[in-house]
Amino acid sequence: MLEGITFIIDNLPLLLKGAWVAVEITVLSILLGMVLGIFIAFFRLYGPKPVQKLLKFYEWVFRGLPILVILFLIYFGLPTLGLNIPAFISVILGLGLRSSAYQSQIYRGAILSIGAEQMEAGLSIGLSRIRTLFFIIIPQAVRLSLPGFTNEFTIVLKDSPLAYALGIAELLKQGRNIIVTSFRPFLIYLTCAIIYFLLFHFFYYFFRKITERFKVPGYLINK
Amino acid sequence: MSEKKEKLLQIKNVKKSFGKNTVLDGINLDVYKGDVIVIIGPSGTGKSTLLRCINMLNPPDEGNILIDGTDITGKGVDLHTERLKVGMVFQHFALFKHLKAIDNVALGLIKVKKMKKKKAYEKALRELDRVGLADHKEKYPAELSGGQQQRVGIARALALDPLLMLFDEPTSALDPELIGEVLMVMKQLAEDGMTMLCVTHEMGFAKSVSNEIVFMEEGNIVEKGEPNQMFNNPEHKRTKSFLHKISELYGGEES
Repeated sequence: MLEGITFIIDNLPLLLKGAWVAVEITVLSILLGMVLGIFIAFFRLYGPKPVQKLLKFYEWVFRGLPILVILFLIYFGLPTLGLNIPAFISVILGLGLRSSAYQSQIYRGAILSIGAEQMEAGLSIGLSRIRTLFFIIIPQAVRLSLPGFTNEFTIVLKDSPLAYALGIAELLKQGRNIIVTSFRPFLIYLTCAIIYFLLFHFFYYFFRKITERFKVPGYLINK
Repeated sequence: MSEKKEKLLQIKNVKKSFGKNTVLDGINLDVYKGDVIVIIGPSGTGKSTLLRCINMLNPPDEGNILIDGTDITGKGVDLHTERLKVGMVFQHFALFKHLKAIDNVALGLIKVKKMKKKKAYEKALRELDRVGLADHKEKYPAELSGGQQQRVGIARALALDPLLMLFDEPTSALDPELIGEVLMVMKQLAEDGMTMLCVTHEMGFAKSVSNEIVFMEEGNIVEKGEPNQMFNNPEHKRTKSFLHKISELYGGEES
């Protein structure tokens, strides 16, 4: 028992290094997905018709593919076309692009549910469209998006081990490396599971705090 | 009535269609300073669209709208400045849901009129007090009743010192027991001399507060006149039957 604990403690720095990589992958992918997602949401709502169609197609494709297929296409497929993308960037691209398809739906839904009357009310008190967007629509859209965003964040976090498949030394891969030399899969995988679990709940709690911070009576907030 | 009144709003041959559907078919209407005009008519006859044209939320396809001498349908008009002359009260209140009552009222003062925050909040509080809601200033829209929300909506519009107030069925989304408090505020406003254009089915209000009733149907003004004349001696049969029906439904008693 005691021996098991010291074994884990000895290997913990390596595992934590992997955990940090997992967090990096998650945060960067989510950020990429957020920037693209907001962009897509706006152009799907207000862009020219052909652009709307194109973005709908984009969502349709990325929501319909398994993430591992997307990653393999980018990392192993694109070099055939002469496009070599490093493994780490490939993972961010894959997870980020897929997440953007989901995040755009979160933001679009939020903007749609706010309703045209809020925009009209903004115009009626002399604000321009852009200023109404900033003072009225976006503050509400952010609040309405937070529960869905939290969910999306945790999904990307839990998909981050797929980076393993491209040989990136994230948490699961580090665990695997330790097992190869020590032959103690149960102990190591259990430790990995606990770390993922803690990471999940740390971020979940973090975003819940943010949601509560911006809570306004009358808006649906996840419990 | 007063001797010589100035024209505040001129609506000249305004037409508006949505697709093939003609909603306004050449409306002409003059509104003088201090007028309280009630617009009635069956649903879908363009009453709300007319109000929304006056505020350029739905710009007219043809015709001109002059507010205080400025043609707001003309090119190169700064709509955001012109809209400040017109206060709009919405059927479903349209309060900014993420802002407290006081912030709803103060927003336009700070962001549009560029008032100092302290002054803006002082004025916002006075406006809330005017509609009897100073005690509720820290509440969010969802914490207020429908009647209270609508009164905040009125205060928000009034805060910008408009020349003209538009009411788009301000009480039709309210529970019956909440209608009175909103009508009271509107009545007080009329007595204070505000120029008002109200789309409403509240016949009691029309009878006791307005000085002109405009009956619209199918995008046209069928008839207009003083309440007494409209209720007791209308020229058109259609006006008579509509007023009869609506009075039965909503009551013609003083409210």
